[in-house]
Amino acid sequence: MDGIILQILNGLDKGSAYALIALGLTLIFGTLGVVNFAHGALFMIGAFCAVFVQRLLNLSFETVDPGKTDFLGNPSMVKTPYIESWFGHDIGSAIIDWSVPLAVLFSIPVMILIGFVMERGLIKHFYKREHADQILVTFGLAIVLQEVIKAFYGANPIQTPAPEALSGIATLADGIVYPVWRIVYFCFATVIIGGVFAFLRFTTFGMVVRAGMEDRETVGLLGINIDRRFTIMFGIAAAVAGMAGVMYGPINAPNYHMGMDFLVLSFVVVVVGGMGSLPGAVAAGFLLGILESFASTTWATTTIPGINQIIIYLVAIIILLTRPRGLLGKKGVME
Amino acid sequence: MSKTNLTRRGVLKSGAVAGAGVALPTIFTASSAAAYTNEPTGGTVTLGFNVPQTGPYADEGADELRAYELAVEHLNGEGDGGMMPTFSSKELQGNGILGKKVNFVTGDTQTKSDAARASAKSMIEKDGAIMISGGSSSGVAVAVQGLCQEAGVIFMAGLTHSNDTTGKDKKANGFRHFFNGYMSAAALAPVLKNLYGTDRKAYHLTADYTWGWTQQESIAAATEAMGWETVNNVLTPLAATDFSSYIAPVLNSGADVLVLNHYGGNMVNSLTNAVQFGLRNKQVNGKNFEIVVPLFSRLMARGAGENIKGIVGSTNWHWSLQDEGSKAFVKSFGTKYGFPPSQAAHTVYCQTLLYADAAQRAGTFNPCGIVEALEGFEFDGLGNGKTLYRAEDHQCFKDVLVVKGKENPTSEFDLLEVVEVTPAAQVTYPPDHPMFAGGALGTCNPGA
Amino acid sequence: MFGLNKKDSALLLLVAILTMMAPFILNPFPTDSGLAQFNAGYPDLMQRFVIFGIFAIGFNILFGLTGYLSFGHAAFLGVGSYSAVWMFKLLSMNILPAVILSVIIAGLFALVIGYVSLRRSGIYFSILTLAFAQMSFALAYSVLTPITNGETGLQLNLDDARILDPVNDSGSLPVTSLFGLEMRSSFDLAVGPWDFTFSVGYYVCAIFLLLAFYLAIRIFRSPFGMMLRAIKSNQQRLNYTGLNPRPYTLAAFVISGMYAGLAGGLLASMDPLAGAERMQWTASGEVVLMTILGGVGTLIGPVLGAGLIKYFENIFSKINDTVLHGWFSFLPDGIEDFLVTIIHPFVGKGWHLTLGIIFMLVVTFLPGGLVEGGQRIARLFRGKKTKDGADGAKTEPAE
Repeated sequence: MDGIILQILNGLDKGSAYALIALGLTLIFGTLGVVNFAHGALFMIGAFCAVFVQRLLNLSFETVDPGKTDFLGNPSMVKTPYIESWFGHDIGSAIIDWSVPLAVLFSIPVMILIGFVMERGLIKHFYKREHADQILVTFGLAIVLQEVIKAFYGANPIQTPAPEALSGIATLADGIVYPVWRIVYFCFATVIIGGVFAFLRFTTFGMVVRAGMEDRETVGLLGINIDRRFTIMFGIAAAVAGMAGVMYGPINAPNYHMGMDFLVLSFVVVVVGGMGSLPGAVAAGFLLGILESFASTTWATTTIPGINQIIIYLVAIIILLTRPRGLLGKKGVME
Repeated sequence: MSKTNLTRRGVLKSGAVAGAGVALPTIFTASSAAAYTNEPTGGTVTLGFNVPQTGPYADEGADELRAYELAVEHLNGEGDGGMMPTFSSKELQGNGILGKKVNFVTGDTQTKSDAARASAKSMIEKDGAIMISGGSSSGVAVAVQGLCQEAGVIFMAGLTHSNDTTGKDKKANGFRHFFNGYMSAAALAPVLKNLYGTDRKAYHLTADYTWGWTQQESIAAATEAMGWETVNNVLTPLAATDFSSYIAPVLNSGADVLVLNHYGGNMVNSLTNAVQFGLRNKQVNGKNFEIVVPLFSRLMARGAGENIKGIVGSTNWHWSLQDEGSKAFVKSFGTKYGFPPSQAAHTVYCQTLLYADAAQRAGTFNPCGIVEALEGFEFDGLGNGKTLYRAEDHQCFKDVLVVKGKENPTSEFDLLEVVEVTPAAQVTYPPDHPMFAGGALGTCNPGA
Repeated sequence: MFGLNKKDSALLLLVAILTMMAPFILNPFPTDSGLAQFNAGYPDLMQRFVIFGIFAIGFNILFGLTGYLSFGHAAFLGVGSYSAVWMFKLLSMNILPAVILSVIIAGLFALVIGYVSLRRSGIYFSILTLAFAQMSFALAYSVLTPITNGETGLQLNLDDARILDPVNDSGSLPVTSLFGLEMRSSFDLAVGPWDFTFSVGYYVCAIFLLLAFYLAIRIFRSPFGMMLRAIKSNQQRLNYTGLNPRPYTLAAFVISGMYAGLAGGLLASMDPLAGAERMQWTASGEVVLMTILGGVGTLIGPVLGAGLIKYFENIFSKINDTVLHGWFSFLPDGIEDFLVTIIHPFVGKGWHLTLGIIFMLVVTFLPGGLVEGGQRIARLFRGKKTKDGADGAKTEPAE
């Protein structure tokens, strides 16, 4: 029983990541009609925002410590972060400790900006083009983005630990312990998803965007500048992916190809959820996350060897064959 | 109609030109003028360094390339000579190999068997490489080793830890300096016994591919022999990034040791996840819960950050070793690049030197001569103590390091501390050991 | 000629000339010059050019004509490779049975996957094919290791059965051949400073490519091809006229799967090892990129796209700093170092970056892919006669 609860929690956690990426992907599909293969790269860049902030806070000046020597036998340098010298050791190290939450704040404007630049500079020119061309250009962009990150930060994973206070384990019930940060991640995802839905449902802006998703031409005929709103939606989608990336850092250390690892899965999630359906994307994200967790249990892998390797794809096939447009897909969207 | 014409014309034309030029049958042909594949004729000899330059192991590949460049420098008499003065064989003069200046070409394995073979083939076919070296995974090593055997060049394996490389997939033209899963297990078991006692229940998480299986098999056998019980062995997909659903069942399994048979990104993630779930601070059966990572690499340890502290594993070599060879190598590498070399860098540097020395001693680049010179070769001064290249399976037998994540690192490179140097005799196994059975070395192939 | 019209004959002729003369065309630089780095005329790469050309041509029959974007085509290539290697292990080192079996097995595989996947269209179809291919890859890498040899890849052993071949006691592995003609044998031709290599394996692949290309032209021009294009332009209308498009798309899917199987079989024939990575989604993505890069729905485009990507993978990845310094060594030190620093990120380990940039540039400025680039150049030379010249190579993408 405890095991089942733990796997549900794991599933919700994985599902949070899938759902957040799939949400952004669907926003872009739905609003702009663009297949964005660079969306995984946005997630990755988000994670590297955390790395950047961490490195920034750790910028240090060096002093020679005559007592110690480095690996070559030269006197070694001791690094003191500027932040610690400005604010004193205690406050300084506390700020560094909280670098991931700070990075979330940092990532929002950065990711929105990246989203705007991407949309205005590149994606805009591909609205009228075939999906094949969109795939090629965004895939090219994804490669370029990840290679740029690799050039700066290398190929190895870089840890971005959670703040000390949030990195322990929590006892949820008798015998059930779960990492605090994973709970935080799930709550964070819920808030973001709720926020995006509320934004689309309860604001005028959101209403226009929803109308545009339904029928772009009519909205345009009504004299509404739908393009500008779509650009903003692109920025929001990028920010969602970016924040998902920052928060994911403490769970698994960011590396430059994590975007590609998530890309294919998130496409599967989006399509299983149904094209053009935001609730579908979120539901599929959590569903696949939970199923993946259960398929990893010893019971499942001994019953069907290799099930943990293929579960997501198997479920995708079953759902797509029984429900032609995924869980909640709309008729005629990319069919 | 015109198509067949064309073919014929193409053939005729090339035939005509062939008559004009000098038609020389080249590599891969039975009737060749050369004595062996890519026999160096000019004043230079070309070595092929085939390392991962893209993909998850790119940093390791980059470190290997640095070491190769350093080795070539030293062979050509530039730089401070590195381990050449400490190497027990004094044949190398610093004037290249057999008086020929050493050139090298590089390629990208992408850590994929196919791409690695394509890259190695281009080095052999296009650049005339006489030896291929490098790699950062066992699948690639076995694939490229097979290719080199067929093509008739020598393969000096880089980082490859699977038993199969010198076990069921061993080849006469291939040599491995790096240690393997069996040796890791043999070195780790006594240390684990001292540290954690004989009454332990181990839970294995194993990467679901050949390397993972051979290592898991080795570790389980060695730990069971000293009284541990293997509670469970769970195979994890290579593509897995979040290991939470594999770690969670460990909590209530009754196990008190977790063995992570993972490498690279898998290792970083599974270890991070295990620490997240509080396993490092857990008490089970009245004992401290322990995590073991049988194959450590400092580069990967760095990726795992704080999580590595206090965790035991084994490694081929570490820069903090204080023998003359290691010191000379660290000094030479550190002076040039500003940071200490990794075990991957060390192993490929040794391989390059060993190849050059073998050619020097054999007096030829002929693969068969080199195989003869390396088989049963005993040497010292390359950082691992007295070492033997065993003739039966072309595996190096040398001391194995058992290391532990350092609690108080003094620098970003100072992550591991050596717990014990397990002597070579303790990790040696008979060539017909069941874990290595099933393959045949075959005969050396000089190609041509 | 062969039932082709004049333009198609000319195109086939052009491809024939290009493939037959490839050892010359791809080795334009003298062997000892610095630019020899850019020579691609060595057997392995030439073989890869034509093999992936075949793969891309086949993919284009499905994607270019029907518009169905399969994201799992690499599975058929992988299955083809595995079948071929198993033939080498069990039956004989002759490549003919191996290639035939790989085409058949890939065809059957495609029939099953196609039958299921084609129940859906658009992106739903893409994801279904992706899911099948990823399942094949994951299982081949792990659970199916007894059949596929997992991570290492399926390879030949000394003690394989090979029931048709004479007993081999030489201690070295036998080599693939076509009735005794060894695939790996080759001739070197030295003309002055140039060095040209003629490889048997390459010419065998090239002949397969010409056959495949010819067949593709025939399919493109046939009533069947017309039907496939009708499916792409408006499937609904087709339904209303009482035609069931499914058998046609399924046939196209199976044919293109067989092309992939042929490519896989040839790949294994040139180098008898089949790795599971051949089935990974990145490999499926690669053929999609090849086709789009070259020009979707054109006959020659996919071959060009395949060539470009393989060229970058094999040539650019090998340019290291030492090579760069070699090129610019004639310049003063400061400028030399500067140039090396500038170029360094784009070559060697940065070859992915260059490839990514090329994808973006090509698709932004040449909407029809490389073929469009060729047409524009041709237009420059030919002035107004453009229209008819273009039609020979390009079929209008319908939508």
